[in-house]
Amino acid sequence: MFESLTDKLSGIFDQLTKRGALKEADVDEVLREIRLALLDADVALEVAKDFIERVRERAVGSDVLKSVTPGQMVVKIVNDELVVTLGSDDGGINLVGTPPVAILMVGLQGSGKTTTTAKLGQRLTKQEKKKVLMASLDVYRPAAQQQLATLGEQTEVRCLPAVIGEQPVAITKRAMQMARLEAFDVVILDTAGRLHIDTELMSEVQQVRDAAKPVETLLVTDAMTGQDSVNVAREFNEKIGISGIVLTRVDGDARGGAALSMRTVAGCPVKLMGTGETMEALETFNPERIAGSILGMGDIVGLVEKAQQVVEEEEAERMAKKMLKGLFTLEDMAQQLSQIRKMGSLEGLMGMMPGAQKMKSQIADANVDDKMIAHQEAIIMSMTPKERKNPKVIKSSRRKRIAAGSGTTVQEVNRLLKQHKQISTMMKKAGKMGKRGLMGGNMPPGMMGGNIPGMR
Amino acid sequence: MSDDAGGNGGGGWLGRLKSGLSRSSEKITGSITGLFTKRKLDAAALQDLEDALIAGDLGVATATRLAGSLSDQRFDQEITPDEVRALLADDITKILEPVARPLDIDVNRKPFVILVCGVNGSGKTTTIGKLAGQFRDQGKSVIIAAADTFRAAAVEQLQVWGERAGAEVISGQPGADAAGLAFGALEKARAGGADILMIDTAGRLQNRKDLMAELEKIVRVIAKLDDSAPHATLLVMDATIGQNAHSQVETFKQMINVSGLVMTKLDGSAKGGVVVALAEKFGLPVHAVGVGEGIDDLRPFEARAFARSLMGLDA
Repeated sequence: MFESLTDKLSGIFDQLTKRGALKEADVDEVLREIRLALLDADVALEVAKDFIERVRERAVGSDVLKSVTPGQMVVKIVNDELVVTLGSDDGGINLVGTPPVAILMVGLQGSGKTTTTAKLGQRLTKQEKKKVLMASLDVYRPAAQQQLATLGEQTEVRCLPAVIGEQPVAITKRAMQMARLEAFDVVILDTAGRLHIDTELMSEVQQVRDAAKPVETLLVTDAMTGQDSVNVAREFNEKIGISGIVLTRVDGDARGGAALSMRTVAGCPVKLMGTGETMEALETFNPERIAGSILGMGDIVGLVEKAQQVVEEEEAERMAKKMLKGLFTLEDMAQQLSQIRKMGSLEGLMGMMPGAQKMKSQIADANVDDKMIAHQEAIIMSMTPKERKNPKVIKSSRRKRIAAGSGTTVQEVNRLLKQHKQISTMMKKAGKMGKRGLMGGNMPPGMMGGNIPGMR
Repeated sequence: MSDDAGGNGGGGWLGRLKSGLSRSSEKITGSITGLFTKRKLDAAALQDLEDALIAGDLGVATATRLAGSLSDQRFDQEITPDEVRALLADDITKILEPVARPLDIDVNRKPFVILVCGVNGSGKTTTIGKLAGQFRDQGKSVIIAAADTFRAAAVEQLQVWGERAGAEVISGQPGADAAGLAFGALEKARAGGADILMIDTAGRLQNRKDLMAELEKIVRVIAKLDDSAPHATLLVMDATIGQNAHSQVETFKQMINVSGLVMTKLDGSAKGGVVVALAEKFGLPVHAVGVGEGIDDLRPFEARAFARSLMGLDA
């Protein structure tokens, strides 16, 4: 989501690297551009101003002037400052207390509270092994309670059955009561969307807070929020007291300056971020990671974390050994492709890789997308086991059959076979170079589906 | 803000819009007042003025241009805060007037097909419910296609609105093909002689190529029945949005030829200042604004009132 800001800053830093030693005038010019870039990225004005001042103080000084590459130095200063502003704690969800502990979800209408509630319910169930109860307190938006109930079924997280006409405070008490009786660890309370200036609804959520005594009150905010983000964060914090922020729709192309703004004015960490429409798409917010992505340094840590979650360790090891020997069958490739799909959209994945901004546009040109991966999977599925183990036997009539069977063209089948061959060759080479060579190595063009396996 | 639809006091919609806007305009006008009480319009003052407009989500480019135009008129002159506000409101009104156009329903199109799209959480379903209520009041028969087959309980939400507005809601199974559903709804609307068909679509982020292609497919498929449909394609946008609005309009417009905008949630402290920049850049009509959760809380977009409210002036 931060890529547009990244682009801007990259442009500025390019200019800077060409200048040699950094003068004060240069710093001013650069900072003016960074300031505009931040504002364009929806960082609130007051936050951007403070940020720029802090960077200026550090940048105009001997350490920069003495630096061999001033551009890198400023990148580091901006990056450090971004990390500080975004918050340096890891933002884990606090569950400390006598069970059941309550988590209160609040925010404006349409910010993504209900979806986030369900994602969080699943996350706490799966990752923290907690017994979670979700309850919808949204008695205003039509079918809001049913939405949470449906998501509860999908995620297999229990949801408090709705009682028609019951009001939010009563629902809260019933949820806490049920949680106590049935020994739940965590109760997630999904409140109705409300405007921070709506005194009536703000006082309602205060009452809910007093009834539930939450250990966490999470403000859910859309990553595309504009300058108003500071007002929202300030008001919710003053009236209800928030302990963390969840930034949603980070998979969009919004520049996400709201994260910086809200973190600053509310003084509490951004704890989680929503990265897609699937129920798994909720991740720990990592300030270093986001600051790095703002500056176009990619997000290798995030990619590795994500891959680890999906790929089973042993399986991965077996695969790695095999691959390094150059024994990479089409079956392995199919497995890799389905793992890529599990990890989320290709675009989301690409955004986390260093240098991916450039590659992204190449991918767009090459028309490589999630659909293409699906096609490739279909092609492999249309092969016989024998063909998958030994692709050499696939001559023209088999290619035609496979194309027909997978609903693709012979050209696509050819392309896949070629990619597979390239990967096998690369694996063999990499095996000789050692694992590190894979990451930084040049990737053969036009084989996106293929080089993902190499990233492990 | 309760389930009881609309009409809930509070000095009319303009008053509500204004009180909603007042927070942000307080911010803008407050800083302007601070700047100009005893001050000439010099470079530093212009910079601060530009900042104040940026803080209203007008965006750097539009803010710079507006500040620049004020500078051309009054540079180095003594100027009062009220004059600054009035001049800026006039400039903004000029930008917004061409786009303040209501949604015209062509009665020769039967049904008149309205496709409604937008990112997740922008307020599509609520807007459709309110529009259906307005059409009903105009004596038109309305059918709504619940083509958001993805989000949990989206259909149920729409059904409640359908009941409120007296409109039939056509829905399918969760996960059903949205284009197929829209097609079936159009067939049904034609057979039944409905005046208007509104198609509610799932929220989608504009950078999701697959989901945008799905939206394109809806347009393609309904054109098979009526090659002039959809007759209106509305992009629904939340007023809290910042500069990403540009990317939204650009992509949705490119993919499915958006014909007009609806801006929702203008009853908050966010004022949708980005709409000024959008008007300059794209010139798309702004058909209506949402100012509350009731069925009557959808209003025509009025350029002058909006601009003056934005600058904290009486309409």
